Amino acid sequence: MRLRWWKLLSIVLVFYTLYFGLMGEVPSKDILNETIRNLYYHVPMWFCMILLFAYAFAYAIRYLSSNNIQYDLKSAAFNKVGIVFSVLGMVTGMEWATYTWGEPWSNDPKQLGTALCMLIYFAYLVLRNGIKDDEKRAKISAVYTIFAFSLMIPLIFVLPRMVDSLHPGNGGNPGFNAYDLDNRMRMIFYPAVIGWFLLGKWISELKYRTDILHYKKLYNE
Amino acid sequence: MMLVAVTALLKKDLLIEWRKKHTFFGVMLYVAATVFVINLMNGQAEASMWNVLFWITQLFVAINSVAKSFLQESEERFRYYYTITTPQAFMLAKLIYSVGLQLIMSLITLLLFHILLGSPLENNLLFTALAALGGTSLSIVFTFLSAIAAKAQQNASLMAILGFPIVAPILLILSRLALKTMNTVVVNGWWGLFMVLILLNILIIGLSLILFPFLWKE
Repeated sequence: MRLRWWKLLSIVLVFYTLYFGLMGEVPSKDILNETIRNLYYHVPMWFCMILLFAYAFAYAIRYLSSNNIQYDLKSAAFNKVGIVFSVLGMVTGMEWATYTWGEPWSNDPKQLGTALCMLIYFAYLVLRNGIKDDEKRAKISAVYTIFAFSLMIPLIFVLPRMVDSLHPGNGGNPGFNAYDLDNRMRMIFYPAVIGWFLLGKWISELKYRTDILHYKKLYNE
Repeated sequence: MMLVAVTALLKKDLLIEWRKKHTFFGVMLYVAATVFVINLMNGQAEASMWNVLFWITQLFVAINSVAKSFLQESEERFRYYYTITTPQAFMLAKLIYSVGLQLIMSLITLLLFHILLGSPLENNLLFTALAALGGTSLSIVFTFLSAIAAKAQQNASLMAILGFPIVAPILLILSRLALKTMNTVVVNGWWGLFMVLILLNILIIGLSLILFPFLWKE
């Protein structure tokens, strides 16, 4: 059992988030009410997703510069777990939107951007599973990962800011920063981001380790 | 050196196009049939609908015309090109060629739209420029994706799957930009969106030139 310090930290932080996220004090605001607690669960999913995709992107570059299949498997593992987190983020976001915006889907630019992002990475899965030859699959998925991630950044960071959004902090909506009680929330929000991210990284590495075992079994026996 | 290679490759593509005229006219017929079907189903469209239909038609035309840029080349021919030219020159030639082809198709589409679906535009010149810009964006995205699909030994449908989420925001920007050419709609941040589109194009061309050499090596 390789239990490193950051894995312990992830366990501690996630449980801290789960407990204090539900029990801690939050500012009571119109419309938002208690749904403001979603900040601890929904927003970290996005941070986590982007960081995991960034890891996958970095490993894709390393694969292309070294041709070491390990990096390909790592890149794929991070991408796959990133997709899981994007689905979680979408589900928690739509749940929240049902109670605050009145409907789960309202064509908010951020929602659209993220939906497109998810489609891009689903296409990655289709592409990757369609290629039989290992080396070719590694190369093409690395190329597509780099292409997709580079286009995703303008997609989710620039575009939504060019049109009005329903999200807090956009289009005249007050952001969470505007509230004076924010500091208390911040004490939970930042640990939540770190905790969820470390958990995501941990899952990705486990995924990678099972994949490399499969790979070795396939070729060494 | 690079320029010589690019022009030679372009000449080769043009020659192939000329010898296989049926594919070119096939795409043209596809465009005409699409616009005609829209006309039959909808008659003369109002401005906003016209705009949407135009960009959707562009998308499908781009998939059909650009798809062949890499998918028509056989494995053996790739190996031959590999021995005589650099990947950058090859990619650049393909990009220029598909942009040219798509520009012709865009203009034909636009003409047919004006004839069959009426012309609700106020500023025809600007819309023509936008159609050219949109055609360019679509064709460079699909050229690179067709390289990926060809290397993955897949068909054009994989290219479409990979492409739709990437071109969706491009189409969104284009249709928003095009609103300016109709009646008196005020589009906020028009120049900002325009610059984003230009930068996206540059980014995609850059990525294609950087990443293609990796696809190219076997």
